[in-house]
Amino acid sequence: MAVGEVELKALMVAGLNGDAAAHRMLLEHLSARLRGYFRGKLARLTRGPSELEDLVQEALIAIHTRRHAYDRDEPLTPWVYAIARYKLIDYLRRSRASLTDVPLEEAGDVLARDDHVGAESAHDLKTLLNQLPEKMRSAIQCVKLEGLSVAEAAKRCGTSESAVKVNVHRGLRALAALMAREK
Amino acid sequence: MKTDDLIAMLGTNVEPVSRGQLARTIGASVLIGAGAAVGTMLLAFGIRPDLSLGWRFLFLKVLFSLGVTIVASIYLLRVARPDTGRKIPAAVLATPFVAIMLPAAVSLASAPVAHWNRMVAGNQWLECLVSIPVIAVVPFAIIIWAVRRMAPTDLVRAGGLAGLVAGSVSAAGYALHCTDDSLPFIALWYSATIALCTIAGAMLGPRLLRWT
Repeated sequence: MAVGEVELKALMVAGLNGDAAAHRMLLEHLSARLRGYFRGKLARLTRGPSELEDLVQEALIAIHTRRHAYDRDEPLTPWVYAIARYKLIDYLRRSRASLTDVPLEEAGDVLARDDHVGAESAHDLKTLLNQLPEKMRSAIQCVKLEGLSVAEAAKRCGTSESAVKVNVHRGLRALAALMAREK
Repeated sequence: MKTDDLIAMLGTNVEPVSRGQLARTIGASVLIGAGAAVGTMLLAFGIRPDLSLGWRFLFLKVLFSLGVTIVASIYLLRVARPDTGRKIPAAVLATPFVAIMLPAAVSLASAPVAHWNRMVAGNQWLECLVSIPVIAVVPFAIIIWAVRRMAPTDLVRAGGLAGLVAGSVSAAGYALHCTDDSLPFIALWYSATIALCTIAGAMLGPRLLRWT
């Protein structure tokens, strides 16, 4: 699969316009690229592959929950790369590693390696969800896991549609924070 | 958890994101911050009693401060997004400061040396230096709250710009109270306190803006 900037950006923009299938495809493409990117970096830092998938998943959540910080008039790849690098540095800081050898390189690096293998992190979604406040957990459960529409979820939870949307978004951000704290 | 499961979850019921969301959120935080600055000033200091005499200088002070706010906000929108290496030339940030310092230098040069001390130090330089950062606390917190919701990756720069915007809106608020009417005073003390807020913001940035 030779999917480049043009295709990825088209998927991102479609996702921003509410196209779930395009968004899912984007995240699939990006997960392979992120895995390749992080694998290269972690190997260079002589770290094991165990945390690799954690990092991939954290970066995916970051890309998803910070989509509004992408400017549609700019190329997508450098944006993804900047987030990946931020997550890598944050991860290394958390694991108290030396930061001196995270090299600054071209955005092309994210596209250079593709890695479809692997794919289970140490995180357990159920355990993580159980640590969320009730409102956020049920909103994510309804909308993101069971696939109910926002309107249906609002009816079931007895709240407004905007409350459901806010709870889903906040819940995903809280999930990312929990994942970061687990390590 | 399998990454495919995570992707399936994230890719279910994807909400559309409107185009100007980042600019609207940050813009709103700056406006609310400005309102908070005026509110704090009214509560803690009050409007200068000689408004009819000093309105020209009041206008100048507000013009300068809001000039800084506008220029710095444009940068803030940039650093609230991940740093992709596309930088706006930093010289643009200096324009409002140069614009006040040039006429200040001229007015100083054309005044007798005996007046310089009074023109520069005014009556209340210390009050200005202390009040503006105090008024800036609430706007700073509001702006940081907004920037945290974006995806800044250069946290020192983002914090510094948040401090710069907060300092400038609070300078605009303080201007309503300040009775020191001289160009060199504005050029020196308003700039210095806004710079102080910027440095404080840059130092706090990495701690306050870290996101996961």
